[in-house]
Amino acid sequence: MKNYLLKLADDTLIMGQRLAEWCGKGPYLEEDIALTNIALDYLGQSSLFYKYATQFYEGKSEDDLAFLRYEHEYLNAQLTEFPNGDYAQTILKTYFFAVYQKILFEKLMKSQDSQLAALAEKALKEVKYHYAHTKTWLNVFANGTEESINRLGNAVGNLWEYTGGLFDKTEEEENLTKLEIVPDSEMLENEWQGTIQKDFQEFGMQIPENAFMQKGSRKGIHTEYFGYILCELQYMQRAYPGCEW
Amino acid sequence: MWEVFIQTKPGLSHKHAGTVQAATAEMALQNARDVYTRRKEGTSIWVVPTKYIVTSEGIDKEAFFDPADDKLYRHPTFYQIPNDVKNM
Repeated sequence: MKNYLLKLADDTLIMGQRLAEWCGKGPYLEEDIALTNIALDYLGQSSLFYKYATQFYEGKSEDDLAFLRYEHEYLNAQLTEFPNGDYAQTILKTYFFAVYQKILFEKLMKSQDSQLAALAEKALKEVKYHYAHTKTWLNVFANGTEESINRLGNAVGNLWEYTGGLFDKTEEEENLTKLEIVPDSEMLENEWQGTIQKDFQEFGMQIPENAFMQKGSRKGIHTEYFGYILCELQYMQRAYPGCEW
Repeated sequence: MWEVFIQTKPGLSHKHAGTVQAATAEMALQNARDVYTRRKEGTSIWVVPTKYIVTSEGIDKEAFFDPADDKLYRHPTFYQIPNDVKNM
C-alpha cells in the first residue's frame, strides 16, 4: 500500500512543482492564474496522499516523505517530471495527466479502502476541471494557426513515449488490485487510450504510430531532468531542516 | 474582453466582479472561474462580451443623475421597521 500511495503523492507533487514554474510567466494573466490554481490543486492532493502514507512509515512526517527522500525513492511517472516546454506542451502534458487521473479516481472512489476512496472523490472534482480546461486549450491549438498546430504536433511527439509510464505498476500493486483496493492498471490504460483517441479524433490530431514507451516509471528510474527538480524542491528543507511556514 | 458577474450566494443578484480576456465564451467562463472564484466567492458566474455593455458614460450626467438628489420622499425612511425584521 505504501508504494501505491507514494506513486499517487509523488505524481501530484512533481506535476505541481513543474506547473508552478509557470507562475508569473503565463501567456496572460487569466491563464497564469488558471495554471497556478491547477498546480495548487496538485500540491493539495499530494499533501493528502503523503499524510495518508505516513501511516505506513513510522516516525516519518508528510514533509519527510515529500522533501527528504532521494531520487530513486520517488515513484512518480516520468511524464510528470518532463519539462514544460512551450505552452502547447504544458497543456498537452496536463491534459494527458488529467485524463489519467480522472479515470483513476473514478475507479478509486469505489475502493475497498474507504480513506483512499474519500481522497479520490475529493480530488476528482478538481481533476474534472483540469480535464475541461486543458481540453478547451487543445481545441484552440488544434484548430488554430499553422504555428499552433505545429507546436501541438511537436508536443505529442515529445511526450507520447512517456505516457505509458503512468500505468506502470508499483511492486505490490497487483495484490492491491486483487483485494479491490486499487483498479487494474491495464484496464486504466485501455480506457485512457480510448478517451485520448476520441478527443484526438475530434481535434483532428494523430496518435504516434511508433508504440515505443519509456520504461522505469514507478521503479525510481527517472529522466535526466528529475535531479534538478529535486534540488529546487528540497532546497529549503535541506538548508533549514524542519523549517515550517 | 468579457465582463464578469458573480453571484455570491443562491438567490442574490449577480454583481460585477471585473473583466477577463478570452477568445471564446467557454474560455471566458473558465477564466472568470479561475480569476474571480478561487476563494469561494461564487455559486454562479455570468460572462458578457464587453462590447454589449451599454454605458451612461458620455451622457449629460447632470440631467441624468442630479434630479434624484432632492427627492428624499422616494426613500422608504419614513416607516417604522419592526424590531424583528432583520437585514433591511
